[in-house]
Amino acid sequence: MVPLLDPLLIVALTLNFVALGVSRIRGVINAVALQGVLLGILALFVHPAIGTRVILLVAVTVGLKGFVIPRYLVHALREANIQEEVKPGVGSFMGSLLLGAVGTGLAMVFSDTLPLAEQHKHLLLVPASLATVWTGFLMLTTRKRAIMQVLGYLLLENGIFMFGLLLLEATPFLVEVGILLDLFTGVFVMAIIIHHISREFASTSTEHLTELKG
Amino acid sequence: METIFHDAVHVLLALGLPPLLLGLIAKTKALFAGRVGPPVLQPYYDLIKLFQKGSVFSTTTTWVFRAGPVVGLVTAVIAVLMIPLAGATAPLSFTGDFVLLAYLLGLGRFFTASAALDTGSPFEGMGAAREVTFACLAEPAFFLGMLVLAKLSGSLQLADMLGSSLASHWTADGESLVLVLLSWFIILLAENSRIPFDDPNTHLELTMIHEVMVLDHGGPAFGMILYGAALKLFVFGALVVRLAFPRTGGSPWLDWPIFVGGMLVVAVAIGVVESIMARLRMTHVPVLLVAACLLSGFGIILLVR
Repeated sequence: MVPLLDPLLIVALTLNFVALGVSRIRGVINAVALQGVLLGILALFVHPAIGTRVILLVAVTVGLKGFVIPRYLVHALREANIQEEVKPGVGSFMGSLLLGAVGTGLAMVFSDTLPLAEQHKHLLLVPASLATVWTGFLMLTTRKRAIMQVLGYLLLENGIFMFGLLLLEATPFLVEVGILLDLFTGVFVMAIIIHHISREFASTSTEHLTELKG
Repeated sequence: METIFHDAVHVLLALGLPPLLLGLIAKTKALFAGRVGPPVLQPYYDLIKLFQKGSVFSTTTTWVFRAGPVVGLVTAVIAVLMIPLAGATAPLSFTGDFVLLAYLLGLGRFFTASAALDTGSPFEGMGAAREVTFACLAEPAFFLGMLVLAKLSGSLQLADMLGSSLASHWTADGESLVLVLLSWFIILLAENSRIPFDDPNTHLELTMIHEVMVLDHGGPAFGMILYGAALKLFVFGALVVRLAFPRTGGSPWLDWPIFVGGMLVVAVAIGVVESIMARLRMTHVPVLLVAACLLSGFGIILLVR
């Protein structure tokens, strides 16, 4: 395995904590975007045989996760007049940081017990992916702002993408790009929902969304 | 012969260099702000001026107030003698010395805080409460970092933990060491009350941490506090430098200049951080300190995995 892989993954894991601990929405958007770019570049290192397919995938991933989606979210932020600073809906920053740390530690322990293929054992990629998925879930459940939940969803997808890197040779190009398209549509729809929530309730807290209309 | 040479240079540097670091930080900040700034040697002039002054002690204070600066300075001096600089060992070195190092600084802090409480001023009590709260969170990060070094070197002595074997660990377990380095730099800023934790230039008691504790000290007592603070900066700076630029173990003519250069780089780095960052809100300080603990803890997890 290429020696640069582990440092890049550690930076990506550190960005998880930045996303959990920073109070300004723009800071969280930047952290998630940077993580997306890092993961895109990561694909180049995981597989030594670089073909057009990998390069295309990297370009699309970096472009979408690093530039298009963050720009779009910042735009939504401005449109909906969302307050710049957020507090976690449940617990405190310290609480979510510690929970994130516990999750990361458990991911390290748990990944050793997984029945992985021989060449994938002892890779940091598997625990890093599990830890990022956990961070995404944590963000989805503890934050009340709709935009933070979009970011949690993006983190979740980043984690899944990390796992997918192990199978880069096996999955067809169409599937990868399809996932990215799903992601983009998801973010697109969620940004529209944010806009609607903010127009309806003059704030983007999902606390108001408690009733279902038939 | 060689140990005598190393010890002599160690003592000279450790006692002479610290105020220069403060001067360099101030100069860097001035350059960033487009000012000329005070001379680099200004802290030395300040110290000389303070030590020539007379002392005034409030009648409400007891011996605790007078002991504060003395204990603070003495613990800092002993601590500075325990850190290996560029020699193979420090003048004071034994197994488990890093525990004593941490608690020497803790003892100094205890007496500074006690002296602040002794004045009976509500502001100073507030500063003391803040200082010890943040210190509680900084200490685990320091020890977790030490744990990484102990695990790597298989030794509990600072001289070995920060010894020449560190260079080979950088290639094998560089990620853990980078995390510890980051964590220790945050601790360096927190322990020495620099921005983003505390603004050393602030003059509003409500927002101060360290400075507010020493408002009632003047003359030689304040000089001791300033010098002790400079020594403490030197201690943490030396830890960071030894971690970032491990000793080559070759010629002392190479090791000492590398060390001094590293210290100057750290001082400039602190100046840059202070220039480009704003002070954190008081409620956010613990979050950053917990993050420092997590960085070091993460370094351990990577090592034992």
